[in-house]
Amino acid sequence: MIKNEDYLNKVAERCLSKAKKLGATDASAIVVNSVSENINIRNKKIDGSERSESLGINLTTYINKKKSSISSSNLNEKSIDSLVERCFEATKVTPEDELNSLPDKELHFQGQKKLNLFDETEINNEKKINFIREAEDEAFSNPQIVNTNGSAFGQVKSNFILSNSNGFSDGYKTSQFTAYCEVVSKNNGSMERDYEYTSKRFYNDLLSPKKIGNRAAELAVNKLNPRKIKSEKMNIVFDKRISKNFLSYFSNAIHSSAIAKGTTFLKDKIDKKIFNEKINITDKGNIEKANGSKYFDNEGVEVKELTLVKDGILKDYLIDTYNGKKINKKSNGRSGGSTNLYFENGDINYEDLIKSDEKMLYINETIGHGTNLITGDYSVGASGRMIEKGELLYPVSEITIAGNLNSIFQNIVLANDLELNYSTNSPTMLVTGMTVGGR
Amino acid sequence: MSNFFQNSDIDVNKAEKIVSDTLNKCDDGELYLEDSKSESILLDDNKIKSSNYTTDLGYGFRAITGDVVAYSHSNEISNKSLKSSSENLKSSHKSNIGSYNTDIKKTNQKFYSDVDPIETKSLSSKIELLNKINEYARSKDSSVKQVTASFLGEKKDIEILRSGGELLKDTRPLVRINVSVMVEKKGRKETGVYGIGGRQSYDDYLVNDNWKKVCDEAFRIASTNLESKPSPAGEMQVVLGPGWPAILIHEAVGHGLEGDFNRKKTSAFHDLVGKKVASDGVTIIDDGTIENRRGSLNIDDEGTPTEKTVLIENGILKNFMQDRMNARLMNTKSTGNGRRESYKHIVMPRMRNTIMLGGNNTQEEMIKSVNKGIFAVSFGGGQVDITSGKFVFNCTEAYEIINGKIGSPIKGATLIGDGPSSLKEVLMVGNDMMMDPGIGTCGKAGQGVPVGVGQPSLLINKMTVGGTKI
Repeated sequence: MIKNEDYLNKVAERCLSKAKKLGATDASAIVVNSVSENINIRNKKIDGSERSESLGINLTTYINKKKSSISSSNLNEKSIDSLVERCFEATKVTPEDELNSLPDKELHFQGQKKLNLFDETEINNEKKINFIREAEDEAFSNPQIVNTNGSAFGQVKSNFILSNSNGFSDGYKTSQFTAYCEVVSKNNGSMERDYEYTSKRFYNDLLSPKKIGNRAAELAVNKLNPRKIKSEKMNIVFDKRISKNFLSYFSNAIHSSAIAKGTTFLKDKIDKKIFNEKINITDKGNIEKANGSKYFDNEGVEVKELTLVKDGILKDYLIDTYNGKKINKKSNGRSGGSTNLYFENGDINYEDLIKSDEKMLYINETIGHGTNLITGDYSVGASGRMIEKGELLYPVSEITIAGNLNSIFQNIVLANDLELNYSTNSPTMLVTGMTVGGR
Repeated sequence: MSNFFQNSDIDVNKAEKIVSDTLNKCDDGELYLEDSKSESILLDDNKIKSSNYTTDLGYGFRAITGDVVAYSHSNEISNKSLKSSSENLKSSHKSNIGSYNTDIKKTNQKFYSDVDPIETKSLSSKIELLNKINEYARSKDSSVKQVTASFLGEKKDIEILRSGGELLKDTRPLVRINVSVMVEKKGRKETGVYGIGGRQSYDDYLVNDNWKKVCDEAFRIASTNLESKPSPAGEMQVVLGPGWPAILIHEAVGHGLEGDFNRKKTSAFHDLVGKKVASDGVTIIDDGTIENRRGSLNIDDEGTPTEKTVLIENGILKNFMQDRMNARLMNTKSTGNGRRESYKHIVMPRMRNTIMLGGNNTQEEMIKSVNKGIFAVSFGGGQVDITSGKFVFNCTEAYEIINGKIGSPIKGATLIGDGPSSLKEVLMVGNDMMMDPGIGTCGKAGQGVPVGVGQPSLLINKMTVGGTKI
């Protein structure tokens, strides 16, 4: 069982009052408790089971404009006291920084908590096993699936309290259920793997085990006996599981921490057209039951809905207290980054999108971390399928795709098949004029 | 050395009873105790941005039957918590085989001291040095617009309590000093990153104002990149510099030779032992025994002494890297590669310091022999798909080679290759074997562990370069 608010509050209060007693001018504490259970299956047999309980605290103390932090998992009273002392002593020797402060009181979250982020349902081990076994069975019903990398079902329940010396004290429970299936296909000396997963706050919102198994198998089989193609400029269609990555690059590049330091290719682009006029991007933290929903950020600041890009024009940044001060903007509750971030739907359907050119490449897996957010340069390993006249043909692998995010952003065409399955979501995406590196 | 039961209602003898009672019907398992502390001090944008100190104390209790692992961990070391973990583990084990638990080889080997890097250098002296690094790096040139520097230090005490009362201990220090420099000229921005570290105190790495060299190197890479042109795309010859570029070895063959993937037959290498997987002259080892290196360990996280494991000898695949479970299931011995990120994580076979040994060629002859290709000197990170064997890594410093001469620097590009075939494409092995500067962290199944790599310069006949210029 996860610990209740009273317990977490007591620990947070103890830290804050001890810090104050020592002479800290301000302090904030986050106490988090979570219980997670995970079952792994391989070839219909249990491969592993894991249960973990964790309890941790993160404390920040301020002496005027000096600041320092500690975190610990050791919450017995003696240990807490000595950690608070250590934090306070470290604060003393840390240089002042004019911008250090708790968030403005008036920005604190004060509303009602009605987003429904916690599912009481307890999925016992037997049910977990049945769920994921059904997914694996379904995958193995495909004759070309010969092996599995393992499938898993996990359940996490968490509770936390965030308190600061400006009177903020709030927290809430969240839950997450995750199912994952990864299988291996084989044919003519070619061996490939692929996966499908589902992760939701509510058990009943998960994809069905059959769908997961079926999809994982289909993807792994589709990759068999790939060809390598020759290097050329091409239009590329990104599957939804890859197109959402471009939103992550975008959100990291417009976080105030990057903007304030100038370490982003999107610095000084506010009110400028960084996408073509058909692109709109929203970050909405208050969607009921959604994975990215939250009431307030790591600092207690209310999370408001943001229109980040309107008709291709950058309208807002993701802003926290410290970096907001540096760029003369108020925090909009994005100390922990984006919430539920998505591209609005485009105006073309998927079928028409993949018919839009004679010959294109459909990419549904990328490998490597070749994105440079300072220059916008993008280069990754990739695999997928060749599209000709709207038909997905043979698999392609061991190629690279490259471009620069500045021009990629201008050359995006979005389909109208958006689904809000993750915290970052995109419709299928076409990007024109990218470079494919192959033979 | 930490006393794990000091503030607990249970002593080591009682804990051992619970362990023995829980594991008596199992094939293997242990109680792993860990007490770690770490610090991170970050200078960024001319200021000390954060100063964090973290302590973590907990246990992981593992029971293995056949190929099934049950694991329970908690940060409360108490009679109640251990008992409840024990119940948990017992309930997931229906088998009655119970036999293995092979004795662990005793060792007195020590490849690093038990220094506490956090306490041996005061916080204020670390802050002072970070400020000096900032000033020095910014004074190098007016193009330097941003400097980020950090000290990361850690000390980890572990104990492994086995059924029958055997108790194994290790104390592991680890530090890393990192500098990142952003330069800007004519509206163009580039960065350079460099770092050093290993299992010693900070001061061991800071002798002779070594931090200046770290800044110089970060600045040099950033300035080189300011002049870089778009990278070519397509298949070509690649010369790799010595040292850190050995993450090619780590990705291309290292992961594929980890025991778990091979027991499960999901690795592209699983049926290749005794076969030729690399050119003549290519010998690759995984070595946990090099003094003070980031990937070195006295004992692994199951208590097995680490060793120097030959993976590929003169082109022939010899051995996989094993933890106890995978070794038992494959009828072989653990090679001391059983590692975990922390008590919150299960053990897996993981690399330590993965090294390609030196050969006879010079880097100069390699470059001379290339008509059209690239010379890759430094890398960001890499990734591999174990099953298909495809791997990538990202260049952070590279040059084009035209007609046997090094040309302009080129923009960071991803290189992609195929693990089982790429090492057969090695044309020359250099005589300049070098270890990386001590900065690597390897990720697998969500767990990060410190590792090292090393290699001489290499000439590879063909790899695909992910540039934009055709």
